[in-house]
Amino acid sequence: MRGLFPNQRVSDDSLSPLRIRDSPRARVDQTFKSMEEREMKLPERAEEILETLWMGIVEDQKNSLSLGLSEREDAVAELLEGGYIQVADGDVFLEEKGREEGERIIRRHRLAERLLVDVLDVKRGFTPEMGCKFEHLLHEGIDENVCTLLGHPKICPHGKLIPPGRCCQKSAREVARVVCPLKDLDVKDGGTIAYLATNDEGRLHKLMALGALPGLRVTMIQKFPSYVFQVGHSQFAVDQEMAGGIYVRLEKDSNHF
Amino acid sequence: MRLAIKVWEKFQGEGCHGQSHSLLTEEKRGKIAIVGSPNVGKSVLFHRLTGTYVTVSNYPGTTVEVSRGKGTIGEEIFEVIDTPGMYSLLPVTEEERVARSILLEESPDIILHVVDAKNLERMLPLTLQLLETGLSLVLILNIIDEAERLGMQFDLSLLEKRLGIPVVATISTTGQGIDTLKEVILERLKESYCANLFPYEEPMENLLKEFEAKIQGDYGFSRRSLAAMLLQEDSEISRLAREKERDYGPITSAVEGAKGQFPHPISYELALERQRIASRVVHEGTRFGPKAQGNWVEWLSRRMISPWTGIPILLLILYYGIYWFVGDFGAGVLVDFLEGTIFEGNINPWVTKLINSLFPWKILQELLVGEYGALTLGVRYAVALILPIVTTFFLAFSILEDTGYLPRLSLLIDRIFKAIGLTGRAVIPMVLGLGCDTMATMVTRTLPTRRERIIATLLLALAIPCSAQLGVILALFEGNPLGLWIWLGVIISVFLFVGFLSSKVIPGERPSFYMEIPPLRLPKGSNVLIKTYSRVHWYFREIFPLFILASVFIWLGQISGLFDIVVRGLEYPIRLLGLPDKAAVSFLFGFFRRDYGAAGFYDMKKMGLLSGHQLVVAAVTLTLFVPCVAQFLMNIKERGMRTGVGLSLFVLLFSFGTGYLIHLVLNTLGVRL
Repeated sequence: MRGLFPNQRVSDDSLSPLRIRDSPRARVDQTFKSMEEREMKLPERAEEILETLWMGIVEDQKNSLSLGLSEREDAVAELLEGGYIQVADGDVFLEEKGREEGERIIRRHRLAERLLVDVLDVKRGFTPEMGCKFEHLLHEGIDENVCTLLGHPKICPHGKLIPPGRCCQKSAREVARVVCPLKDLDVKDGGTIAYLATNDEGRLHKLMALGALPGLRVTMIQKFPSYVFQVGHSQFAVDQEMAGGIYVRLEKDSNHF
Repeated sequence: MRLAIKVWEKFQGEGCHGQSHSLLTEEKRGKIAIVGSPNVGKSVLFHRLTGTYVTVSNYPGTTVEVSRGKGTIGEEIFEVIDTPGMYSLLPVTEEERVARSILLEESPDIILHVVDAKNLERMLPLTLQLLETGLSLVLILNIIDEAERLGMQFDLSLLEKRLGIPVVATISTTGQGIDTLKEVILERLKESYCANLFPYEEPMENLLKEFEAKIQGDYGFSRRSLAAMLLQEDSEISRLAREKERDYGPITSAVEGAKGQFPHPISYELALERQRIASRVVHEGTRFGPKAQGNWVEWLSRRMISPWTGIPILLLILYYGIYWFVGDFGAGVLVDFLEGTIFEGNINPWVTKLINSLFPWKILQELLVGEYGALTLGVRYAVALILPIVTTFFLAFSILEDTGYLPRLSLLIDRIFKAIGLTGRAVIPMVLGLGCDTMATMVTRTLPTRRERIIATLLLALAIPCSAQLGVILALFEGNPLGLWIWLGVIISVFLFVGFLSSKVIPGERPSFYMEIPPLRLPKGSNVLIKTYSRVHWYFREIFPLFILASVFIWLGQISGLFDIVVRGLEYPIRLLGLPDKAAVSFLFGFFRRDYGAAGFYDMKKMGLLSGHQLVVAAVTLTLFVPCVAQFLMNIKERGMRTGVGLSLFVLLFSFGTGYLIHLVLNTLGVRL
């Protein structure tokens, strides 16, 4: 079944939201509802709670968070019922199930942010809320396509890690690449530097010192034994780690002449 | 009186950012600082302005020792400072830190920012940072000829207008544009005109202005510049501000608050903003015409960096450069001539007669003109043996360096070097080690991490023979090519093996490799000669005295009998290796001078005392043997007493161990050489 992008493999689930474009409004609502029913999708509020919990407990490595939540709130009740969380004395703990689901939600959220900033080029007025709303639309399965489209990015625009998914391990390349790390460019490919993977300040400074900055055009010259590329009228050589830190937006006609 | 005041006022300029520039007065000598990324021709410009030439080099860190000179422009005398290569005011390397400190602490009267004209877009962001500091600035578009060959044309007056500072185009190697530059410098010093401030986009600009207001103290840079660096959490500037500001608290909280305002780290945002401004300015000020040159240079460059053609090219260079030029010509022709004809034929007998007649005391005669005499052996070796070999090596190295080949070699071997805990950058000290290990050990300073420095020092001490030793070893194996190949094979294996082991054992972070690849250029005769001269000069100044000292020690050791005791002690391990007792002396010498040791064996070979088998064992052990006394001292100086001595001990034990192993293997295999 063909999806939005050429060469895209899409699951054969007949309720895939990609078909929603052709459906009138009523069927949209219905489709969403049945999706939720089928997958026991958590309501937005519950997802947000899990997100906060995951960031606090897993990322910031706290034992628990005291969020001032009331057990009477619907979302909290649902999370408790579903076995995602545990509440004791006002402190909230994450269960294994909650950890997994939280990670999935964070992954979709951060991929959504990457999508907004890189492909849809939203710069000014980029608010966390936009990422949030967008993320709720990203359904399981689509996140893999988006991830592949973006070249399996490792960090979100804020510099936080994006939890990897199945597609990252397989490194699926069926979806046409739009943004990918420099090391995945083929020789003679060119593009514009989209962003630098910034979670290592040292590496970031080194890359900036070289002059590899977003907005500049880059062309791949050689990949083995070291990555050699051209920016402007200068050539640089880097090793694989550094080449993995520069993300490039491919030019439309750059795929293999 | 009024005139005097007027003149005084004219000299006391008020800078734009609330600072007074100290301009040139009759008494004070003005300071000029030359600033820019590596490889743009700063050092050549320095030479043009001062007349004192400094080694011009492609590889990072050569200019870590800051060069200063006196320059005369018109009637005025200046102190000119050549700063280390700097990519940004936020330093990543030691060199950049030094460069920034010079600007911050010495407040030069003028900064000359030298850029590679064709890369203006990439380099202009640094100009913007320098503009922000409030110091007086001139932009120099150097290597303008290469830019023009690519079809680029610059509208200098437009650039001047947009940037608010003088812009001069030059070719520092030929001197074109330098006179204009000198006039501009004099002009610039007489006035203090304000450079246009480039406002950033709203949120960043407001943030900077707010932050600026919080800073009370006076620094070498403008407050805006300080604000930017504090926001990016530069450790050195933060420390400076902490000392200077009475109340640092609000600054700390402001920095934390600022971080949340942007999706990316502030250093990233600022870099993006500056790049945007720079790109805009460059596109306005540059026009593109037709390209003039063909592309054979690029073709050659590609052949050099591709492994299929690059490795053969490297082997060719090694063969013609090292083996033929240094070995055959240097160690062969030149040495034979100098040693045989000049010294042994003429100087030595004459000196011996002279000394013997001047000083009737046998002991003194021994010291000066005896078998190991300071004059007959020490000086002879230094001038007739070392000088030609070392000079030919440095000549070949300087040619290679000047063409820009070395970075291309680095990228070819980076992966292999990664396996031994180093990166492609280490290729420079390693290749230099084939010339003089002591000098190479000093150059290991430029390696970024401590782990790399230790591994490199170890490998230099163990498995890299210096040119003097190489020359003699090549002579040793004359007529015995199989022996030579075995020796080579063993040394390379030891190099890789020990390197691999140390990369596993020595703790530290894994280094990353990133390097600019400069365009290939034809080596310039004057550059090459001057570089070679300065290296040979260094060698003689630093190493030569140590070797004379070595002669003295040997003499002392002999007359005290200590010498004989040590030699006797060495005979046991020597016998284990299957070598004749006489070899012990050579090994002891090998510590003082690596080539002494090899030369001793050469003498033995000439006398027919060594079988081919013994030759290989001796050569291997000698090559791996402890570093010469100069290198030993340099190891301690660079790496510290503990590491330095530890390395040398390891090398001592390892070398004998390997010699023994080779001896056993050759015996067992029954190899006839």
